[in-house]
Amino acid sequence: MVVSAPAAPSRFEEVDSITIRFAGDSGDGMQVVGTQLTNVSAIMGNDIATFPDFPAEIRAPAGTLAGVSGFQVHFASTDIHTPGDSLNCLVVMNPAALKTNLKDLQPGGILIVNADSFGVTDLGKAKYATNPLEDGSLKGYRIVKVAIDKLNREALKDSNLAIRDADRCKNFFALGLVFWMFERSQETTIKWLHAKFGKKPDILQANISALKAGYNYGETVELMPIQYRVAKAKISPGTYRKITGNEALAMGLVAACELANKTMVCASYPITPATDVLHQLADMKNFGVKTIQAEDEIAAVGMALGASYGGAIGITGTSGPGVCLKSEAINLAVMTELPLVIIDVQRGGPSTGLPTKTEQSDLLQAFFGRNGESPVAIIAPKTPGDCFNMAFEAIRIATEFMVPIFILSDGYIANGAEPWLIPEVDNLPKIKINHPTGPNSQGSSATHENGAGEPGKFLPYKRNENLVRPWAIPGTIGLEHRIGGIEKQDVTGNINYEPANHEHMVWTRAQKVANIAKTIPDLVVEGDQEGELLVIGWGGTYGTIATGVQKARLNGWKIGQVHFQYLNPFPKNTAEVFQKFKYFLVPELNRGQLLLLLRGTFLIDAKGLNKIQGKPFLVSEIMDGIKPYFHSNGNADNS
Amino acid sequence: MTVTALPTLKPADFASDQEIRWCPGCGDYSILAQTRKALSTVPFPKEKMVFISGIGCSSRFPYYMNTYGFHTIHGRAPTFATGLKLAQPDLMVWVVTGDGDGLSIGGNHLIHALRRNIDIKILLFNNEIYGLTKGQYSPTSRLGTRTKTSPGGSIDAPIRALSLALAAEATFVARTMDLDPAHTASTLQRVAAHKGSAFVEIYQNCKIFNDGVFNYVTDKALRSDNALYLVHGKPMVFGKDNNKGIRLNGLDPEVVTIGKDCALDDIMVHDETAANPTMAYLLSRFAYPDFPEVFGVLRNVSEPTYDELMAKQMADSLAKKGKGDLRKLFRNDDLWTVE
Ligand code: SF4
Repeated sequence: MVVSAPAAPSRFEEVDSITIRFAGDSGDGMQVVGTQLTNVSAIMGNDIATFPDFPAEIRAPAGTLAGVSGFQVHFASTDIHTPGDSLNCLVVMNPAALKTNLKDLQPGGILIVNADSFGVTDLGKAKYATNPLEDGSLKGYRIVKVAIDKLNREALKDSNLAIRDADRCKNFFALGLVFWMFERSQETTIKWLHAKFGKKPDILQANISALKAGYNYGETVELMPIQYRVAKAKISPGTYRKITGNEALAMGLVAACELANKTMVCASYPITPATDVLHQLADMKNFGVKTIQAEDEIAAVGMALGASYGGAIGITGTSGPGVCLKSEAINLAVMTELPLVIIDVQRGGPSTGLPTKTEQSDLLQAFFGRNGESPVAIIAPKTPGDCFNMAFEAIRIATEFMVPIFILSDGYIANGAEPWLIPEVDNLPKIKINHPTGPNSQGSSATHENGAGEPGKFLPYKRNENLVRPWAIPGTIGLEHRIGGIEKQDVTGNINYEPANHEHMVWTRAQKVANIAKTIPDLVVEGDQEGELLVIGWGGTYGTIATGVQKARLNGWKIGQVHFQYLNPFPKNTAEVFQKFKYFLVPELNRGQLLLLLRGTFLIDAKGLNKIQGKPFLVSEIMDGIKPYFHSNGNADNS
Repeated sequence: MTVTALPTLKPADFASDQEIRWCPGCGDYSILAQTRKALSTVPFPKEKMVFISGIGCSSRFPYYMNTYGFHTIHGRAPTFATGLKLAQPDLMVWVVTGDGDGLSIGGNHLIHALRRNIDIKILLFNNEIYGLTKGQYSPTSRLGTRTKTSPGGSIDAPIRALSLALAAEATFVARTMDLDPAHTASTLQRVAAHKGSAFVEIYQNCKIFNDGVFNYVTDKALRSDNALYLVHGKPMVFGKDNNKGIRLNGLDPEVVTIGKDCALDDIMVHDETAANPTMAYLLSRFAYPDFPEVFGVLRNVSEPTYDELMAKQMADSLAKKGKGDLRKLFRNDDLWTVE
């Protein structure tokens, strides 16, 4: 929180940005109110970024440390790329939430506490020996103790709700307090409540009353000596909405298929944190989207590839453990050279790992997690909104090159939200897809193409200038042909075990994937175009790395930043960019996977900056990683 | 609408140009020949027929058919078939699998394809052995089967393919055998006509690794005493002298001699259309030497298919929400405008 205007004499203090986290029991509705604060802030013109953080168990025992669910919102008058490193304000609904979240509250930060939930049992469940509200351990924070349970019940005493149901509105009481403190309008939330509970007037009224009661309580008792105000951000003009990565993926896939005039068949098996994509697509049947919940991950990818074989856009969505199971069918897509889109919303691994937490540790799995020489295309969106663009790219590349393609999203951008400038449908790319309708053999009986036989035959592995084979679909008269996972002769597609042919096919499949580089954008260097240090990232870490690099550059340090959205193949100017820098730092939420690829591919002496805690990077961690490379005079020092 | 008459096809029109690589004497040859023959009589365009297989000897089948074909991965053929059928519901999609492919590694997909009643036709060539990997016992091998991986005799109780298909609620369940070509062809014609998931077990002789395992029904001298050919609406009668039958004693079927133990009227009458699959299940358990093994259609009922239900949901959604509009989709949340 940067104070940019004097506090006195106004009751309002003008600040650039605020980071708030709501934390409570999984049943306390923290995700709901966090989302509301996000929406309201966006509509009020702030830039926003969010970070929902919830436990793997749907309902761990109430009040326990394992059951704490949190939702962090960062809203600002400036351009922001991250949900914020540390909290200006933490709202805790019980002792367990306090215990698990306090470390993220900055010194002097505002701590709003539901004082009614600090009884002996509550403290016991959170394993507090003494009451932190009384033992002085919270010195250094601005504590706001509010008897939320009592005040909320009081506010709802005229409603027809039983106490239990009234208590379920207390998240909105807390939201009301926050709205008052940070000068947020209640209107949007009231509108949302009407839409949500219009058919249940009692509940609707109770939630509205709770919200208003919280707001008015703040005002009446002047809960804090000052309120905070965050001005509108300077954002490019246009109409915006808030979007999560999973929403953007679903919309992007639907839009790309519609504009390509293609049926989408999405087959998935439920898995956190990817299931949301299937949920959304399942509700879009009026776009011609077909979805199926398969019996397992293997069936899901099989169905998707079967659909691609039939000329549809076959898509399967999963997370790392699901990719393990899909590997065999992905390899069949490599061998048969059929398009296939695999969405991997990465989470902490190995094995079941951290189902609800983020990680970037499936990159090498996507590259190499299959038998044989098995090149696939790999792309990775860099922000929630970028998932929309990458969905288009996935379908374009898969169909233009007849390859399986991975979209490597992650739990952080999948669930995190940012403002999204709504695109004009007319400006979106229209992917052109051709299916052959007649034979493609030009051989004559005298000169058979690769033993291809008579003219007028269909040759399923006859390639175009990019080495791409034709996508002939069942139902087309005269093009009946057979494909499969056994090595085949180039051009004819007949089974073939000859040594030279196999080697030729291995190189051909690899070169075909390499050819994709001709059609993807160059790597863009942000910050210094040449200099001492190049910070290299990929996927969902973009926002944090960009913020860290921007801040580090304020010291006058010569730092460039590149971020890979295209990982296989790499953009064609990659080596050229690397030549302009002396040192290379690769921050990743893994043990150094891109690092290994870069060192192997480009022979650069890059170093890793690695975090594997199931959490995204903090801006400060990026800055700490950069610091050792520079003396105060701005020269790099990598000793 | 102009109706273009389908060209008249001959079995040879279904033969691809690929050299067939099964062992000489393999039962697969006969099944292939009967399939080509049966399909040449089916009023359906050849370019809309697709054969999908997994891995194993039988799974080479698609290469030898001049239709669209997809030789996929071990056990997963039903999943590719399902996806294909979703993409193009008007195709006739066949799955060719074996006992190892369909019942061992692919057992799960088989069950789920059948219970969904998606309109695909699954032919399971059962030779009670792994042929392509050179002779290991399979999930249908009888107890005591000696192979390289079961030198002391198999101690795995075998799966009954038909019982499994019925338990999975398949709407069409039948059995035939390689060495009764006419029956194979007529069964395949009936499969082609069925709407919904169809399952056919075909006894197939593996000449190399399990020769003669079905002799008791494939040998013409033994067949009539050990095979019961099911005919809808007809009593279950078999035997050299056509005087043996199946009688139900409570819930237990028994083999009786007509004229000695009972009259023809006491013999069970086959009803393939019974909604309740219990009788079909009873028949699926008949095993040599205690009972004659059944051939023909055990079950043939009509239920809405997965593809039909999917089409209906798509149409309903269209009717209710109108054709999807990307402009609206992008705006289905709170919006704000920055000037
Ligand atoms: S191994 Fe057996 S099943 Fe396989 S082709 Fe040879 S005879 Fe036929």
